[in-house]
Amino acid sequence: MTTPTLSYQLFSLGDSALTLDWGNRIDEAINLEVMARYRQFRHQQFPGFIEAVPAYSSLTVYYDPVFIRKLLPVAGTAFEYVRERITEMMLVDLPVTTLNSRLVRIPVCYDSSLAPDLDDILSEKQLTAEELISLHTGRIYHVYMMGFLPGFAYMGEVDEQLTMARKPRPKSTKAGSVGIAGRQTGIYPLTSPGGWQIIGMTPIELFNRNRKDPTLLQAGDRVQFYAIDKYEFAHY
Amino acid sequence: MSLRIIKAGIQDTVQDFGRYGYQQAGINPSGAMDRYALQVANALVGNDLHEAVLELHFPSSVILFTRPLLIAITGADFSPSINGEPVPLNQCIVVNKNDALQFHRPVSGARACLAVQGGFKLSPWLESQSTNLKAAAGGYEGRALRKGDELICRTEREYSKLLNGKNFRVLPWTADHQSGDNSKEILILPGNEWDRLPAASRERFLGTPFLITKLADRMGFHLGNEPMDILPGEELVSSAVTFGTVQLLPDGKLIILMADHQTTGGYPRVAHVITAHHSKLAQKRTGEALHFRITDLMTAEQLLQKQQQHIKQLQNACLFKLQSYA
Repeated sequence: MTTPTLSYQLFSLGDSALTLDWGNRIDEAINLEVMARYRQFRHQQFPGFIEAVPAYSSLTVYYDPVFIRKLLPVAGTAFEYVRERITEMMLVDLPVTTLNSRLVRIPVCYDSSLAPDLDDILSEKQLTAEELISLHTGRIYHVYMMGFLPGFAYMGEVDEQLTMARKPRPKSTKAGSVGIAGRQTGIYPLTSPGGWQIIGMTPIELFNRNRKDPTLLQAGDRVQFYAIDKYEFAHY
Repeated sequence: MSLRIIKAGIQDTVQDFGRYGYQQAGINPSGAMDRYALQVANALVGNDLHEAVLELHFPSSVILFTRPLLIAITGADFSPSINGEPVPLNQCIVVNKNDALQFHRPVSGARACLAVQGGFKLSPWLESQSTNLKAAAGGYEGRALRKGDELICRTEREYSKLLNGKNFRVLPWTADHQSGDNSKEILILPGNEWDRLPAASRERFLGTPFLITKLADRMGFHLGNEPMDILPGEELVSSAVTFGTVQLLPDGKLIILMADHQTTGGYPRVAHVITAHHSKLAQKRTGEALHFRITDLMTAEQLLQKQQQHIKQLQNACLFKLQSYA
């Protein structure tokens, strides 16, 4: 499947990076384009390329302006050089596909002893625990991007009935906590201050610095949660 | 064993030029706050310019050398002494076994770099020796140095000929650390949301000094400005942010992201401090004022290029000088 290139804006992010922006939206089709371009840029690295960082609807490219300036005529900037390389790469239509994405299944214990916000949410939403579990585990989520903390995956979108505002003030949140903010869902890989509403906890490690790949998830993955009880959680 | 921490500092870590290539996994680059000082220190001792150093804050660690080494201290002036005798910044110092390095007063600047010839024997994490405090990885056990920590230096050299029986010896050349930039101003490039600042906010941004608050660390500097207006616009979905990005927080205050910044953020990016001024910025302390002036990409790139050329010249000059002490 080849789709026509979606329109984007390109702007500098300081003097050593630039961002391509497809319109400030949480939209899976746009994110698939972001991921396709991310893979393309990493594969066809231009001289001076450092790294690329995909986000919901944007892709940021970091480059070394001093290295690039050595290749340039005096009149040009490194930014213009990188913009040209990117514009050339953007002329190539890419197959946008989800076929290669992994499905990662993650166990979650939805028990208020492990999820400090669960009881409040159930009463506010007038849901039973079973209903919340069935809504949260009932879909396959797309990992739009990684950010905030090492290994933190921004996933979406949750069922409209589970939409929740962030906490007004961040609270200390334990590693493994599964939360919701807006229509996004995510798991805290490390204990950290956090503003997402916590509905459960996973016993698996989202981040382990000693693994070759320290983060369990990556942008573009698909994730499905499944419920486990307290006994299974304790003996996982 | 080559050096031992005999008293812990407030937050001293191993840092190199940063860990790049993993931001897509949410792993921030870390690295030295003042990368100019990092490179000057490495140039002085003849290291690769990006080699890891100890980044010291004040109060700093007290360090005991357990074998002769060639070291250099750059960046902030914390009034260093060896065995009680003052020693200069920006010069090579040959230290002997049992010499003790300590820092007495924060005279100027906010963080110093201590380089040792040969660098440190530490396993890199994701290709870098920088300490990532959040991930508790990299550097020395992924954390700030504590009393009793021992670091091994990779050097094989003996240095005893250089010492000539003395305790320590300062070698007689100094790195010009100024790079010809003494201006007080911090140059910025407009960020993508700069135009959402109303004219009055933009004027204030460029016309008034901004004080650095107590909330100023390796993650970012919170500024003590009166709340600043921004024109209403759609809320931003998260996207990448970088070292030097100036964000406008929901309460109207500004924050400048520094070396341990999060990889992504959703606050308006009103400006970016140019890379050539990161070093100057990193040496600012709580209570000091920042004066912003707007510039263009060409100037920003040229200043960075000039800075790097200066470091390369320094590196060559130092290698030449060090040869005569081989």
